[in-house]
Amino acid sequence: MESLGVLFTYPVDSYLEEELGRRCKLFRLWDSPPEKRKEFLRANSSQIRAVVGSAVVGADSDLIDSLPKLEIIASFSVGLDKVDLDKCRKKGIRVTNTPDVLTDDVADLAIGLAICTMRQICQSDRFVRSGAWLTKGGYRLTSKFSGKRVGIIGLGRIGLGIAKRAEAFNCTISYHSRTEKPNTNYKYYPNLINLATNSDVLFVACALTEDTYHIINRDVIDALGPKGVLVNIARGSHVDEPELVKALVEGRLGGAGLDVFENEPEVPEELIGLDNVVLLPHVGSGTVETRKEMANLVLANLEAHVQKKPLLTPVV
Amino acid sequence: MADGSAKQGRNPRTVLLLRPTFEALEDVLAKRFHLLRAWESPLPLAEFLAAHATAIRALFIRGNGSVFVDAEILSSLPNLEIIVTNCVGLDLIDMAECAKRGVAVANAGNVLTEDVAEYAVGLLMDVLRRISSADRCIRAGLWPITGLFRLGSKIGGKRVGIVGLGHIGSEVAKRLDAFGCIISYYSRKQKPSFSYTFYPNARTLAAQNDVLIVCCALNSDTYHIIDKDVMDGLGKQGIIINVGRGALVDEKELVRRLMQGEIGGAGLDVFDNEPAVPRELFTMDKVVLSPHCAVYTQESFADLFQLIVDNLEAFFSNRPLVSKVTEV
Repeated sequence: MESLGVLFTYPVDSYLEEELGRRCKLFRLWDSPPEKRKEFLRANSSQIRAVVGSAVVGADSDLIDSLPKLEIIASFSVGLDKVDLDKCRKKGIRVTNTPDVLTDDVADLAIGLAICTMRQICQSDRFVRSGAWLTKGGYRLTSKFSGKRVGIIGLGRIGLGIAKRAEAFNCTISYHSRTEKPNTNYKYYPNLINLATNSDVLFVACALTEDTYHIINRDVIDALGPKGVLVNIARGSHVDEPELVKALVEGRLGGAGLDVFENEPEVPEELIGLDNVVLLPHVGSGTVETRKEMANLVLANLEAHVQKKPLLTPVV
Repeated sequence: MADGSAKQGRNPRTVLLLRPTFEALEDVLAKRFHLLRAWESPLPLAEFLAAHATAIRALFIRGNGSVFVDAEILSSLPNLEIIVTNCVGLDLIDMAECAKRGVAVANAGNVLTEDVAEYAVGLLMDVLRRISSADRCIRAGLWPITGLFRLGSKIGGKRVGIVGLGHIGSEVAKRLDAFGCIISYYSRKQKPSFSYTFYPNARTLAAQNDVLIVCCALNSDTYHIIDKDVMDGLGKQGIIINVGRGALVDEKELVRRLMQGEIGGAGLDVFDNEPAVPRELFTMDKVVLSPHCAVYTQESFADLFQLIVDNLEAFFSNRPLVSKVTEV
């Protein structure tokens, strides 16, 4: 693989970066300041045959156009909303992602976010560390997660993982997706507003596409209501963020557990002071174990490509 | 008598309270029963009890901050027949003395079980995935700094040892099973209805696990059940989650190990000397701390208050108690 020129778009994982550096001819997109990016790409494009992207920086139309020798995009993520897939199909560029290896971690975190949000665990921790327990008595009553009505948007691998875990908490499971899924006992809602109306906790677990952009809008938020909790471990753009913030501040939504935001790493200022939210920096797959598996999968896909063997996890 | 209590004491539906309890609960009880509030009397407790002894058949005690109901208190209440508590834990009642005197005890039964079990899971998830730590960083405006957030550790595949496989322990086990954890336990008695591996003591349990979740009752056998030897067995990456009682864990030893990097992390809802929490923990990222609130939900309190009322109503109507403690 030493002759494979690889453009790494963002320093998202140090192990992956080390391995790419060791095994390939590595170009780091962030080595050039944004204003010099075009020059950087022009200077190196004759050597770059592969791009390793991620949920932070993918491979959009402009980037693909600036790399005439590009053969493969191996994304360090399962979501491919930051890759121009149509362009890749047209140009015969292969695209791989990292499905399955991160399913458990993301589903785990979704449930963790739900519990921490409803039981205000982070806020309770702050309460103790501030010394308030000594002076203010006990913490307030919070909201139980077990036995609640769980609604899941998108019943793919991650959605099913969330369902399985929530069932162990005696939750009832319902879902909304493009089509009803066979082989489940979960209740299907073809209408998202109805799902939200009948859920206490709503999990966003679908892919980001044109259809699901801002799928969580004011109507859905209002249907979920002042006791409802939204958990988003998918993409920030699934949610109309200004509407979400307004609803939380005005008490029209009970709470939110958010691992993703529309414009990471920016987090709306108004959320910082709220007790009924938990804010995480896009760490759904953020465990030592899983990031290593993801990195190895990216490397294995690149290796297979170079050796003209079948790609392990191709999407295009 | 000066406070007119002799007349009041003849109310058959009298319930003695030694210390104030949740305001909402007092309101609920006051509507249905005649409450005798010991702390409102100018008399010292012993005299107060002596003055009202004949009338008192029922005592309600709260948990945290309660008076320990010992032989002395029990002797001064010869007509006492029932103690109702809002706790599951019975460490504030001398159960042996109660048994000797034929005093029945009704506790919180199972109404708090799920709340505590999910809280234990939440604490573990927080410690492993660094949820509170990351949330703190974001609120401090630190997200844009790359490389700041340390990766967490995967929950699936972790070996989790439950200390005490009672109602709460078994509900914790059921939840963590769904995350792909490998469950084993130590309990006073082996529980054949569960397929989890049983270990005969906490030390051998710790040696085979990555995580210990302490869910057992506090009594003379379980004081400091998580001691130096157990922590040695658990090892440097080990994690302890405690939703039982502070005294189940050798707190000084735990704090020392956390400070010296000799244990992986801890999620603690209970402490030796609440509400005092060792200040050394306040700056640590690998611990999650909560103010003894694993039971504190709107739902559990609604169920709990109803249960307390139901137990007292049953008693005063000569019907069997709803959540009588039969096995100590």
